[in-house]
Amino acid sequence: MRPPATMDRSRAARQGLLALLLALLACLPLVLGSASPAGATTTPCAADPETACINGTLRTAAGAPAVGVTLTVEGPAGASTVTSGPDGRWSAAVTEAGDYTVTLQEESLPAGETLRDPANNPRTVTVELGSSGAALFPLGTPTAGGSGGSGGSGPAATPAPGDSSADPEGAEPGVDTTATGSSSGGSITWGRVAQQATAGLVFGSLLALASIGLSLIFGTTGLSNFAHGEQVTLGGILAYVGVQTLHLPLLVAGALAVALAGLSGYVQDRFLWHPLRRRRVGMTQQLIVTIGLAIALQYTYQFFFGASSLRIVTTSPETVRLGPVFLTQQSVISMVIAALVLGGVAYFLVGTRTGRATRAVSDNPALAAASGISVDRIIRLVWTVGAALAGLGGVLMGLYLNATAWNMGGTLLLLMFAAVTLGGLGTAFGALVGSLVIGLVVEMSNLVIPSDMRYAGALVILIVILLFRPQGILGRAERIG
Amino acid sequence: MDWTRILTNVFGELLAPTTAAYALAAVGLNIHFGLTGLLNFGQAGFMLLGAYGFAISTIAGLPIWAALLVAIACSVVFALILGIPTLKLRGDYLAIVTIAAAEIVRIVGRSTALTDLTGASSGLRGNSYKESFQALSPFPDGTTDIGPLSYSNNASNSWWIRLVGWALVALACLLVWRLTNSPWGRVLKGIREDEDAVRSLGKNVYAYKMQALVLGGVIGAVAGIVYVLPRAVQPDSMGRPMTFFVWTILLLGGAATVWGPVLGSMIFWAALMLIKSVMRSTVPDTVMRTEQIEQFGWIVVGVTLMMLVIFRPQGLLGDKKELAINVR
Repeated sequence: MRPPATMDRSRAARQGLLALLLALLACLPLVLGSASPAGATTTPCAADPETACINGTLRTAAGAPAVGVTLTVEGPAGASTVTSGPDGRWSAAVTEAGDYTVTLQEESLPAGETLRDPANNPRTVTVELGSSGAALFPLGTPTAGGSGGSGGSGPAATPAPGDSSADPEGAEPGVDTTATGSSSGGSITWGRVAQQATAGLVFGSLLALASIGLSLIFGTTGLSNFAHGEQVTLGGILAYVGVQTLHLPLLVAGALAVALAGLSGYVQDRFLWHPLRRRRVGMTQQLIVTIGLAIALQYTYQFFFGASSLRIVTTSPETVRLGPVFLTQQSVISMVIAALVLGGVAYFLVGTRTGRATRAVSDNPALAAASGISVDRIIRLVWTVGAALAGLGGVLMGLYLNATAWNMGGTLLLLMFAAVTLGGLGTAFGALVGSLVIGLVVEMSNLVIPSDMRYAGALVILIVILLFRPQGILGRAERIG
Repeated sequence: MDWTRILTNVFGELLAPTTAAYALAAVGLNIHFGLTGLLNFGQAGFMLLGAYGFAISTIAGLPIWAALLVAIACSVVFALILGIPTLKLRGDYLAIVTIAAAEIVRIVGRSTALTDLTGASSGLRGNSYKESFQALSPFPDGTTDIGPLSYSNNASNSWWIRLVGWALVALACLLVWRLTNSPWGRVLKGIREDEDAVRSLGKNVYAYKMQALVLGGVIGAVAGIVYVLPRAVQPDSMGRPMTFFVWTILLLGGAATVWGPVLGSMIFWAALMLIKSVMRSTVPDTVMRTEQIEQFGWIVVGVTLMMLVIFRPQGLLGDKKELAINVR
């Protein structure tokens, strides 16, 4: 049995961690508040039974809004001309349904900017009354293949105006969107390398937040949790509900989302995984249960929120310039929060008694139990903290990618597995190192392969690692066959 | 509520080409998981590769037998690539690698860089490759009614594809039945129960696992062809959910049984159709929209999978003593 003093200490450590998390979140709106732009001066079009909207957002190759670009919209309701506002957004209201031709006046583009896919200008958008259609014109170096091949979205699809390379179907926000709006192909310059490397670090640190829980749960229970991605989505969707439905400030919504995500982890372990462990249900069986859970959760999200992308914050983010690198302010804040929380987790694991107990359980549960550690309590704690961290990862990832959706976590799940396997399954610091490497690989691979294939690159690495060093970078060499 | 129409739909689903394709894919997975105990979570990757192999080579002008061989060759190569690094490692490594590899196939297939070859995310239209298959049909053109069901003889969603699909399922079942009673099949079961014991008998476990992976993968590729013949090759419709549905079907019917995958597929699709049709005609639009009923059906699938694995892991036909579910 554990002396009461120890329990107090572990509880204090846990509370300390929670306080740290909340304090970090508290910084979020302060910075974001200063980041929000003054808002569009042109009245944005609102679709009602008599009007339909055609809209889009223009971004320069570096990701900054392209201001003052002229576009003409021609169709059954006549012709009109619109100009993009200070946030790069433009919208045209039309009063009749049908096919409209949208032409971007190339001479009105900011100096040095070109259309990435000149063949797609002008393009045709079909709209119906009461809904809006998007016409996206990605800017950047022209590519031979043209990556913006998909035209206007279907009438019912809500466009993601902040995303210059968004797929109109919005079905795969994790795969198809690039937060930095950078193009693939083009020549490799130092500027682009720096830009992609920075994006990789941001992405990697957010991925690390999400993967730590996956790694710790595997370490302490042996379970490969295929439903961990849904914990990430949960964080993003809860933040979306908080901001967009309940109109809470982003800080409160984010903190609430993280707390609820942690609670969901606790509830899951209390009512599902703990009973399964007690019934001595085998690991393979539990693995398939996680898959069933993942299916059920994904379609539950889709049931309530639909299949389109959900934007947590609808204002376009401002960009900041750090040397040769452009970043949205959201990315910078996300990275700072991620770094602080990751530091906190590292301190918890190394410096606190509970943290050491966690690592002991992760190493050898039987031995840990024999030396007086309450394994079940540690596992419960790992589930709670792991789910909360995944939720935080989801909130920040939703801000970084500019949208969340029912399958965001699902698309990230394999990257998390790649990161965790790369670092060494079950080691917490391995997850951190692995995530940074995977983040860098995903973003840097943009330089040489088409951007819609970048996740494939990370998965190839996963297979290659298993071939040569199956225990991962930080894992100990032992027989795992 | 129009019960005649609903029951006709449900009955039609029992014989549908999709049901046959999923049954075939589950038979392949049964060789991996039921017989050998391999955790293959990339069956949809095998199916998608088979579909691409068949469709692309047909569009390139190859005759149907050559296209079929290309599809099979693709899946064999894919199985070798997957098996070489992972079959010596613990079971869940194979799970992660197969699921990742299936995603790689899908991501590469839907990439705009390959639009000329794969049609990117909009895929390949059915009419561009189904000609050679339909030309093989011995039936005259037109439509035939059998009982309440009415389909065209040869075009797209036809009697011809149903006949071929279910004949392939029967052949695959026969194969599995013969294999389970052959010395080769007994070694596989031995590997499933205790790999080290089989190794100590001097069997090359790695080679046996690889043979099982390749054989199940080839059946998966053929299932992919059956799946795409009445429709189009669309990479996004053949992603992870497809793999998970094949798993649900296998575990529903019963792993390590001959008829389990077939029964599982029929029950899976018929029950899904029943739930959705009944809900469409009883639940008012204000409570659940049409697409929400669709999603509700998939939620039921997810929960069913969880319940099955926890409470009846041997499925409907399986033998609890021959429970393959917890092997490495």
